[in-house]
Order: sequence, then structure tokens, then C-alpha cells
Amino acid sequence: MSQRPTSRRAFLRGSAAAAAGAGALATSARAQSADPLITEVQPWASGLGDGVDATPYSLPIRFEADVIRRNVEWLTADTISSINFTPIHALDGTITPQGCAFERHHSGAIELRKQDYRLMINGLVDRPLVFTYEDLERFPRENHVYFCECAANSGMEWAGAQLNGAQFTHGMIHNMEYTGVPLRALLEEAGFDASAKWVYVEGADASSNGRSIPMEKALDDVFVAFKANGEALRKEHGYPVRLVVPGWEGNMWIKWLRRIEVLNAPVESREETSKYTDTLADGTSRKWTWEMDAKSVITSPSPQSPITHGTGPLVITGLAWSGRGAITRVDVSKDGGITWETARLAKPGERMAMSRFYLDTDWDGSEMLLQARAMDETGYVQPTKDQLREVRGENSIYHNNGIQTWWVKPNGEAENVEIS
Amino acid sequence: MSKFLKLTAALLCLAGTAGADTLGLGRPALPEEIAAWDLDVLPDGTGLPEGSGSVEDGEALFADYCAICHGDFAEGVDNWPKLAGGDGTLADKDPLKTVGSYWPYLSTTWDYVHRSMPFGNAQTLSDDEVYAIVAYILYSNYIVEEDFVLSRDNFLEVEMPNADGFIIDDRAETEYPRFAGEPCMTGCKDAVEITMRAAVLDVTPEETKAKKVQQLVDATNPRNPAKAAADPAPAAEAEPKAEPAAEAAPAAAEAPAAPDPALVAEGEKLFRKCKACHQVGDKAKNRSGPILNGVVDRAAATVDGFKYSKGMVSAAEDGLTWDDATLRAFLTKPKDVVKGTKMSFAGFKKDAELDAIIAYLSTFHD
Repeated sequence: MSQRPTSRRAFLRGSAAAAAGAGALATSARAQSADPLITEVQPWASGLGDGVDATPYSLPIRFEADVIRRNVEWLTADTISSINFTPIHALDGTITPQGCAFERHHSGAIELRKQDYRLMINGLVDRPLVFTYEDLERFPRENHVYFCECAANSGMEWAGAQLNGAQFTHGMIHNMEYTGVPLRALLEEAGFDASAKWVYVEGADASSNGRSIPMEKALDDVFVAFKANGEALRKEHGYPVRLVVPGWEGNMWIKWLRRIEVLNAPVESREETSKYTDTLADGTSRKWTWEMDAKSVITSPSPQSPITHGTGPLVITGLAWSGRGAITRVDVSKDGGITWETARLAKPGERMAMSRFYLDTDWDGSEMLLQARAMDETGYVQPTKDQLREVRGENSIYHNNGIQTWWVKPNGEAENVEIS
Repeated sequence: MSKFLKLTAALLCLAGTAGADTLGLGRPALPEEIAAWDLDVLPDGTGLPEGSGSVEDGEALFADYCAICHGDFAEGVDNWPKLAGGDGTLADKDPLKTVGSYWPYLSTTWDYVHRSMPFGNAQTLSDDEVYAIVAYILYSNYIVEEDFVLSRDNFLEVEMPNADGFIIDDRAETEYPRFAGEPCMTGCKDAVEITMRAAVLDVTPEETKAKKVQQLVDATNPRNPAKAAADPAPAAEAEPKAEPAAEAAPAAAEAPAAPDPALVAEGEKLFRKCKACHQVGDKAKNRSGPILNGVVDRAAATVDGFKYSKGMVSAAEDGLTWDDATLRAFLTKPKDVVKGTKMSFAGFKKDAELDAIIAYLSTFHD
């Protein structure tokens, strides 16, 4: 199959490769014989396609059927209380489509109708209140893009390279544009006690998942969302209403949000004591590790997205994000961190939202040890896994934001590896 | 001040408490509504209701409601959480984090059992039942004695072993200064070596791996239809051995008389010890143990869809059949009969118990 050069530069490079006898089909500037896809009238160019309404709400075309969430069975006892992974290796841009955005449930994804939805605010407030879904839509609305990352993203990689694919090593993340109302507006409506230090937020599902959030954060940017990417939240993401806690671990983004309690002390619920705490080498554990530190990953090439086009122009791309602000820079190394090149951000970084980066390069067919290293507006530089282990030991589960390495082999295949 | 003015002032005050900036949305939450939803319990005991429960009651409740996932002794079944053990392992490689070894506050256990458990049937336990189950979990962690009764009154007296094991996030001091500054761009290290490969460990879900290999083959060599070693594991491994089952049939025929109903009833009670892992009856499914319908006189390791231990598979290959004698021996001490069986069961010690449980099991057919 041939590809038409898209620029003079590419044409020249293609010619050079052909002249050098590289023989890679994809880069040859001249087709060997006429392409029947062009010279022969194809069925789709002659007959008719589907009419409108053939699919009133469509799924991706069947050729994209492998771009789906995937589960790692051995991780959990049962899919009801489990997690799956966003196919980040196959996506581009920054917005994650809801239909393939990772799910994490503690007691399964429930069906809760808008008509049956109630949100209570109680505790240290002047007026304990109950809101309906309709009430929420009458508050002044805002739109924000934020990433949501499970604290356990990359957690299986603490002790070493385990899972062979960006989907599995980094797929507990999605990035959506939310519509909703600031939590501050609801708290003000109830007249919260200005001296209160905490809010406790809780979901309506059987797990009754709840987390304590400091009042300062609650008043800053925490957000009660009812739309994502322009449409209603999916059931698996908390329809009809979920909490959005920008930059902080996904477990705090309570789905099916049913209650907000103003308190003077944290509840110390199961999810903020026995889980989502980080055990250090000496056996003591950090708690309240809410922020997700700056992190990046190359999504292609990667184990599930090998190089299939041979030598020549290659787009290295990936995602970067920081729970402490905007991404300002991403560097990429092809030699396992000996030398680095600064990649191109698709657009300036936005606070607590994903950035897409590209490194447009020319691959000579030799093996690469690909790495990406993110920096955020606080001056934080994404550490290596070894740097993290020096501080935390190997017994952590959560908050692994170490640099990922893909070993790209001469045949274009890639593998998850650890390097010295 | 005139009455009229006073009234106006009072009204203004009321409006003031409602807040000049509020939109007047929502309605007041009623006290009984708050009571129904505000169930959380704090470390200082705030939110705990009156009530109590004993270790002894907790053991029975735990067997009924919790053991199917958490094991009879809170030791955990399969990947389900272990609630007991792990004392002193937090600094080890792969620490075992349980209520006893890790959880800093007892309130968390009470709150979680009360609001979120049993799995699939949450918020059905009475307050006293929650006290009892929590008491049993404490007992299974050697934190209290077997005659202990937990109540709101003595709740705060229980000392959790890892209460002081936590520090507040210190990344701002321990990490952020280290991970900052202008990073190195060239000559950052002398050499690089691969020290670990995911493909060696090989724990990535198969479907994906196969697809990736296939894609790679397709993409790099379109003319080569060679399949990526797509030789599926033969199903023969799970194939039941027909002969032993056939041999067993006459044995079953020898005792065709219906079992004594009283014995069956006794066995049904005893089966509670098995229920954590095994199911019987029409709707039975494989759990952490296989379905036991028709187990009596059946060839071992022949239940469809159950993943047996290597030990059990090899015993089956040697012709193990669940006749009366082997069942008795196995149910007395499983690991003596089948080395490497996954079945962790303390065993029935009395012949009367063995008579009863086997009588009960014999009433369930495939």
C-alpha cells in the first residue's frame, strides 16, 4: 500500500529512504502498481450507505471495536468491586470519550433516575437542605476540563515492570469537560459554619463510599457535575450527579453523590484509612495524600500500539497531567534517559487537565528506550521510579508517578521494561 | 419601637439568616431524613448508636454473612480482603494489611460494616449485629478475648495496634524539593541497561497480547498468514474421567435407600461451615469452591468451569472418586488426602458429623 507524501519535506525524506534501499513500503514515494482502491470503483463509491437514524445514538464504527476498556482479572476478586482501564494507547487529543473512560466501582454501577435523585447538605450548616436534580440545574453553571486519575494508576508497577501496555500501566485515568455547579454555591445556600474545617461527601450506592475533604479545597474548586463532554454522565461514572475534585485522587470524586456533611473533623472512613494510604519502607503510612503529582506516558508507540510503518517519519505522542497545576513542558528520551528532547505541547497546558504532547521524529529502525518526563507550573519534575523508591520504598500501591520506559525493538514492537 | 417596626425588623433578621446571597433553592432536610442518611461514625465515637454484641454472636453472624468472602476466620477467600492477621508485617515486602494490622480506628470498621456490608446486601444488619461482627473481627485479630462484648460504652477502650502508624502527607517536605529544578538534557547517565521486562513476568491479559501479536504480524508481513501460535489450550485437561464415575455407579446403587431425614437436617446445619465456599441446589454456582450437587460418588475434579488446584487435578488423574471412604477422610483432613488442595477447612472431627454432612450432600443430584 502506498501513502502520498503530505509535504515536500516528507517527499524528500521518502525518496531518500527509497534511494537508500530501505525498502519500507510505507515510505516509498512511488507506488509499484496502480492501487485498485483508487483505480477501481469501490462499492461505497457506487452504492448507498445507511440513512439517518439508522443508529439514533451510535457506537464507534465496527473497525474500532478493539478500542475498549479492559479489565485485569487477577487484580480483584469480582468485577462488581473492581476497575478497568481506558484504552489510552488508541486515543488522541485529550478528551476521553465517556464510553471508554475507565470505571471503578465498589458495589457496582447503579441505576439512579433523575427523579429519584436527592442531595442532602447537613452538619454544621444554618439550614440543612435537600436538593433535587432540578434544583441543581437552577444554580449558575460552569464548564471545566479536568483529569480524573485513580490513585492506584500504575500501582502494579511499583516493584517492577508488570503489565505490557499503556492501557494497563496508565489507563486508570480520563479527562472530560464537566458541566455543573461549584460546591461552594451549595454550601453557601445552606449557610455553612465558616469555622468548620471539613466536608464529608458520600455516594448513594451500596458501598456508601465517602471521603473527607478539607473545607479549603471544598470552597476552592470542587465541583458538582451532572454533564460530561456535553451529555449526561454515564451510569458507570455516577449518573446523574458526581463530585469533581480537580487534581485529587479519583476515589474522592464521589459518584451518585447523595450527601455533603459539614464537620469539624474528618470521618476517617475506610477509603481514607485502610485504603488510599501509602505505606513507606519502615511500615509507617502516609495519609491524606490527595494530590496527584505530575506524570506523563507515551501512548504511541507502546506495547499495544507498535510501529507498523517501518523507518522514516514517526510521531511519538503521549499524555501529561498534574494535580498541582498546568503542564508546562514534556521532554522525551529515546535512549533511556541519557539525552532528552523537548516535545511539542498540542496547546498550552491547563490546570488539572490533560496535555497532549508530540515529538515528530525520524526513526532509523534502531531500538529505542522511550521515556517521557513531565514538568508542571510549580517547577516539579516527574521523577524516575527509582527516585520514588528511594523515598518511599517498594510497598506503596498508590501515587506511582514515576517515568515509564517502553523498549521499542527494531521490528517496531514495544515492551514495558525497567532500566538502570 | 412600634409593633409594626419590630415585626419588620424580625422579618429582616430572618431574611438575613437565610443569607442575602442565597437563591432559595432546595427545601429543609427533615430530622428523620438526616437520621436516615447521616450514619457516619467518627474516631471519637460520634455517631455510634446504643447497642452491643458479643464475640460469640459475632462468630455465628460472621459465618452467615461474611465468611463466603472473608473466610471463616476472617482470613480471606481468594482475592477478597483478609480481615485478620498480618501483625508486624507492615515493613515487610508485601505487607498484609488487615483490620488488626493496619486499620487505625475501630470506628472505621463499625461504620463500614454498618453502611457498606454485607456485600450485595448492605444496610441490613441491626446495630447489635454490627457490634457483634466487629467484636468477632477484633477477636480474630487477637485484640479481644472470646468472652468480649463490644458496646458503645467500651468502644473507645479498644486499642487498635496500628493507631499510631500514620503520618500526614509529607511530600511537600520529603519529595518536592528533590523533584524540582531544571532537569538534565544531555549526558544524563553513562549507560543504560534493561533490568526487568514485563514480557518475562507475563501477566498481561491474554486477549490483548494475542491481538497485539496478530496486529503486528498482519501489519509487518501482510502476505504471511502465519498465525501467532494460536493453539488454544486443549480443553482435555478439564475432561472428566468417565471410567471412575461409571465404576462408582454400582456403589451408589448399593445404598439406594433415602437418607434419614433427621440426619439430613443435621447435615444441613453443618453445611453452614461449607457455605462460605460451596453451594448446592438448583441455583448453585461455583464460588471459591466447586458446586457440590452430585458430589457423592462422583469422580474428583469434574465440575464444569471450576478451576481446580494442581493437587486436585493430579489426584483425579490417579482416579480419585468421592466415595464414602474418601469423602470421610477428606472432610476430616483435606490436605492429608489431596496434597495441594485449595480447600482450607479445619475438618469434621466426629463420625456423627461426617454421617450427617454426607447424608445431606447425597440429597443433591446433578
